[in-house]
Amino acid sequence: MTRLQKGLWAAVAVAALAAAGLAAYGSRAPNGTASAAPSVKADFELTGHDGVMRTEDDFKGKWTLVFFGFTNCPDVCPTTLAEIAQTLDDLGPKAEAVQPLFISVDSDRDRPGDLAEYVPQFHPSILGLAGTPEQIKDAAASFKIFYERVPEDTAPDGYTMGHTSQVFLFDPDGGFVRLYGYGTPAPEITADLRARIDAHG
Amino acid sequence: MRFSATTALALALLTAAPPVLAGGEDVVARDAWSRASIGTSRPGAAYMTLQNNGGEPVVVTGLRTDLAMMPMIHATATDEHGVSRMTHMEELEIPAGEAVALAPGGLHLMLMDLQRPMVEGEIFSLTVDFSDGEKISVEVPILGIAARVPAD
Repeated sequence: MTRLQKGLWAAVAVAALAAAGLAAYGSRAPNGTASAAPSVKADFELTGHDGVMRTEDDFKGKWTLVFFGFTNCPDVCPTTLAEIAQTLDDLGPKAEAVQPLFISVDSDRDRPGDLAEYVPQFHPSILGLAGTPEQIKDAAASFKIFYERVPEDTAPDGYTMGHTSQVFLFDPDGGFVRLYGYGTPAPEITADLRARIDAHG
Repeated sequence: MRFSATTALALALLTAAPPVLAGGEDVVARDAWSRASIGTSRPGAAYMTLQNNGGEPVVVTGLRTDLAMMPMIHATATDEHGVSRMTHMEELEIPAGEAVALAPGGLHLMLMDLQRPMVEGEIFSLTVDFSDGEKISVEVPILGIAARVPAD
């Protein structure tokens, strides 16, 4: 085959694999995010990186940003943490009305102490939350998020985590408002939050 | 039309004169950056754009740095449900005349088994090996842990 043909067949193979992967995923996904949106709620009991037990009620009165990850994540999680940190800086005094929560889906490795040395490095206002496998499972069910342990020889301890990478926004009454897709730039999140905080009074 | 496209490509390749000497030496790295780490227990990540100025595709086959025992290329993919996963890539092809960006949320260099903490303000050297035996050396600045883009 020529290089061009090889390239075309490689593209076909990649597309086929992607389709198969999506089909497999669809069958076990809790729900598509769009259709699940109305039933998303924050309902959890987790331990903050300060060692304090927290539930969703502790954050009533604030606009709460919730996102998921793990500390051994080199790319996606630091990127989202960095965008949220930038958002808080850009909000200035309005950041007082916002509480970001980083929930680790890696209960085997991330204890509150691990989050304590990691999360605040991005911004002191971001609170890391850890839990037992059962607590994480329950929290994930309420947020309708997906996570899985993926064997990967080249990752620390031989595994990595796949996880929902969107950021969830809840209003001061605890109601789910919207998702920010992974990679939403800080200025966009900042502008959206600023408008909501102003309108809410 | 596949046959004619192939023929056209073959003709183009045959009639291109003189033959373009190409390979890893035609690759330029730019906008390299990385984030500071907390200690050495978690993997770091580095980003850059690899520009192939040659007339042939080149393939990255390996990375070396004294900063990490196992530097490697990983790809993050986010599916339609908003779930992100990371996979290891043995090789990375850079098409002729094109650039491949390693940037947050996509391709990145994962720095496994850090030998020392990545300290903001420092620079580390990374060697990129290509399938033709060529290599380039890249100086990668270490930015703050919450950096989002390369430094100006």
